[in-house]
Amino acid sequence: MYKFAKVLAFTAVTALFASPLYHASPALAAGSAEPIMKVDWSHSGPFGTFDRASLQRGLQVYREVCSGCHGLRFIAFRNLLEIGLTEKEAKTIAAEYTVMGGPNDEGEMYERPGKLFDYMPSPFDNEKAARASNNGAFPPDLSLIAKARIGGENYLYSLLLGYEEEPPEGVTLAEGMAYNRYFPGHQIAMGPPIDDEAVEYADGTAPTKEQIARDVSAFLMWTAEPAMEARKRMGVKVVLFLIVLTLVLYGVKRKVWADLH
Amino acid sequence: MADSTGGDTHDPSRRDFLYVAAAGLGAVGTVGFVWPLVDQMNPSQDVLALSSIEVDLSGIEVGQSITVSWRGKPVFIRHRTEAEIAKAKDVAMADLPDPEGDDVRAEKPQWLVLVGVCTHLGCVPLGQAGEYNGWFCPCHGSHYDTSGRIRKGPAPTNLPVPKYVFLDDNNIKIG
Amino acid sequence: MSGHSSFQTNNPVLKWIEYRLPIFGFINDSLVVYPTPKNLNYWWNMGSLAGMMLVLQIITGIVLAMHYTPHADMAFASTEHIMRDVNYGWLLRYMHANGGSMFFIVVYIHIFRGMYYGSYKEPRELLWWLGIIIFILMMATAFMGYVLPWGQMSFWGATVITNLFSAVPLVGEEIVAWLWGGFAVDQPTLNRFYSLHYLLPFVIFAVVFVHLWALHVHKSNNPLGIDIKGPQDTIPFHPYYTVKDLYGMGIFGIIFALLLFFAPNLLGEPDNYIPANPLVTPTHIVPEWYFLPFYAILRAIPDKLFGVIAMFASIFILFALPWLDTSKVRSARFRPVYKMLFWAFFLNCFVLGYLGAKPPEGIFIVIGRLSTALYFLFFLVLPFIGWFERPRKLPESIATAVLESSGDDGGGGGAPDAAAAKAEDRG
Repeated sequence: MYKFAKVLAFTAVTALFASPLYHASPALAAGSAEPIMKVDWSHSGPFGTFDRASLQRGLQVYREVCSGCHGLRFIAFRNLLEIGLTEKEAKTIAAEYTVMGGPNDEGEMYERPGKLFDYMPSPFDNEKAARASNNGAFPPDLSLIAKARIGGENYLYSLLLGYEEEPPEGVTLAEGMAYNRYFPGHQIAMGPPIDDEAVEYADGTAPTKEQIARDVSAFLMWTAEPAMEARKRMGVKVVLFLIVLTLVLYGVKRKVWADLH
Repeated sequence: MADSTGGDTHDPSRRDFLYVAAAGLGAVGTVGFVWPLVDQMNPSQDVLALSSIEVDLSGIEVGQSITVSWRGKPVFIRHRTEAEIAKAKDVAMADLPDPEGDDVRAEKPQWLVLVGVCTHLGCVPLGQAGEYNGWFCPCHGSHYDTSGRIRKGPAPTNLPVPKYVFLDDNNIKIG
Repeated sequence: MSGHSSFQTNNPVLKWIEYRLPIFGFINDSLVVYPTPKNLNYWWNMGSLAGMMLVLQIITGIVLAMHYTPHADMAFASTEHIMRDVNYGWLLRYMHANGGSMFFIVVYIHIFRGMYYGSYKEPRELLWWLGIIIFILMMATAFMGYVLPWGQMSFWGATVITNLFSAVPLVGEEIVAWLWGGFAVDQPTLNRFYSLHYLLPFVIFAVVFVHLWALHVHKSNNPLGIDIKGPQDTIPFHPYYTVKDLYGMGIFGIIFALLLFFAPNLLGEPDNYIPANPLVTPTHIVPEWYFLPFYAILRAIPDKLFGVIAMFASIFILFALPWLDTSKVRSARFRPVYKMLFWAFFLNCFVLGYLGAKPPEGIFIVIGRLSTALYFLFFLVLPFIGWFERPRKLPESIATAVLESSGDDGGGGGAPDAAAAKAEDRG
């Protein structure tokens, strides 16, 4: 056992050595951004699950605030059932969007209300159209944004709350840019998107900007990794099973090798 | 498996237990690993989302048929006339190669919903055609009646009726 | 393989088959009665683990290929389709992506083990060569696999690495255009990488077979590094090493599962969740962790051509190792100087890995050059060590070393090392 502990330690070191160092570096390269704020998410940890009510509020924030510029192209309306919406609610939301259907019998494409199997329509047809409407900046699709940024959902939360009305002394902002403490380089083309009362929550939750940022960040973590709960659930079972199996195999190994002496 | 001979001083029953436990757990683990590899070939979530379609019937005049695509196959929806319904009901079971009453094939008599694939060799039959004025398959000459039942020709069974429900008077959900 | 097989049976069906195709005898000889040194320690588990990872990667890879679309417009979306819609797709994809990392961890330990115990020395030079060939094929396969999701890091990693070949004098540009099938990394590149990524694992599989063939001629090396002198030095592979390998797979499986289920993106790059964009380069391009030491060597040399040469040389120099090492003693246990040198080399590889992830600026450049020099210095110093180093006294045989230590250990697994420790004390 002791020998194997050494092997294990070595393996763990090998596995873990590279990763933190290696992830720290892009942040360094990106400039002196402040360390991001860490939120105590219900979905963190090996047993964490998403807070359904928060995700639904986050969906509302996305629809009312973000969706004007940012798409969510990998999310279909049917996926909304996973965050606790009823089929009827999901259908209603789908029908509020217009999607292209067709071709019909005349060979024409036509607009029709969205259905459960449709995906969230993006606000712009392509990157060029998006840049043309946004002063040259490209509002990224948000489906995977929580996994595409160092710091994940904590970064999103920090970014949403990291705006300063006035840049610090000595910093001149380019035309149309805003100052953000957490954005690499601090100059961000997206203006402060949320403020207190930016939305009105139906469930009575007070819409402070912290709450709004929290809800939409959690929601975007879900859109990035919808299988997270299934993954962790299965992981707990698999690891427990493997521990039992390994203990038994260790017993068998000892028995077999005992013959040698 | 339990070979506990050879001057071994250890308790053989404990040894057997360990071997059986290891083999048993190994088998469980193997099945657990293989299942995802098998299940991944089943229809995925986006495919399943398209496995049922909703059709608005309000635009189909009496006597007209439409063809919609469902699970990659044509589905015929016919708004039958009174005469067609009467003809479909007025058949002796003995005359049918694949006996089935019209009332089991059409939930509401005026609406007939069929999977438009000939049960002979998979061609798509033509509508309002054939000796029984139902469907006629041009490939090998199967004649179906106004209830989509096989009456004449090589096809062995009636055109299948897909699972569908009326969501309201004018909308059905197929699948 | 046949004729002198130890396989005996009275089953007429097995006899009939065995007479025509001695497959049972082959399996019996190579996996059951196969004589293995009794004193192998847990570092010798890495071979079977690597074999398991190869098979696992092939299985999960074939399954992923059923859902993946190798097209520049669809590759990213089809990967997300796997993650979101395919039944257990997220599991299979994370297993494949993290499996690559686990495979490299195991193989790196396997290589360092071979270096520490002198497993590359006569008569195992070709065995060592085949191992390096497998390693190179693995790197090519992993590199091309990383391109397939068509994220930003896929695209720019492919661009940077294929551009290495533009350093070739005279025909560099032509070679790169040939690799790309165009004038930039694009659809033709993705499509051919997909094809080769599917092909190469089977080539690896074939080379692994030859690797094992060569292994079975002179049998495994062992922690003492001395030859097998007779049957008293060995035990049959089954059940002793089959069960030990299975136990090792269990431990390995737990580590793998922790990574796979609870930190599946730990070793990945966030940028690869951004679709490839040929017009925007990420601020900081890093290869996957298993390439970092080589990437550091590439960047340490200020000249493009010589940087590329140094990087390839750092791998290919391993082929010369059996001849650069002039000592007759295999195991570092009995070689005090080589042992220190080995650990210095080992640590230096980590330093290089660390540097590979750092932006090439300031102090990192200096350390990078120093580390690169040290890497090659190891191979240059090695021949001289063999001449002046005074190795400790080797034990008579594996059996005597094991016998001397037995009695204080019931488990068996720890015994060989205790034996070695005693042997060292005597020396």
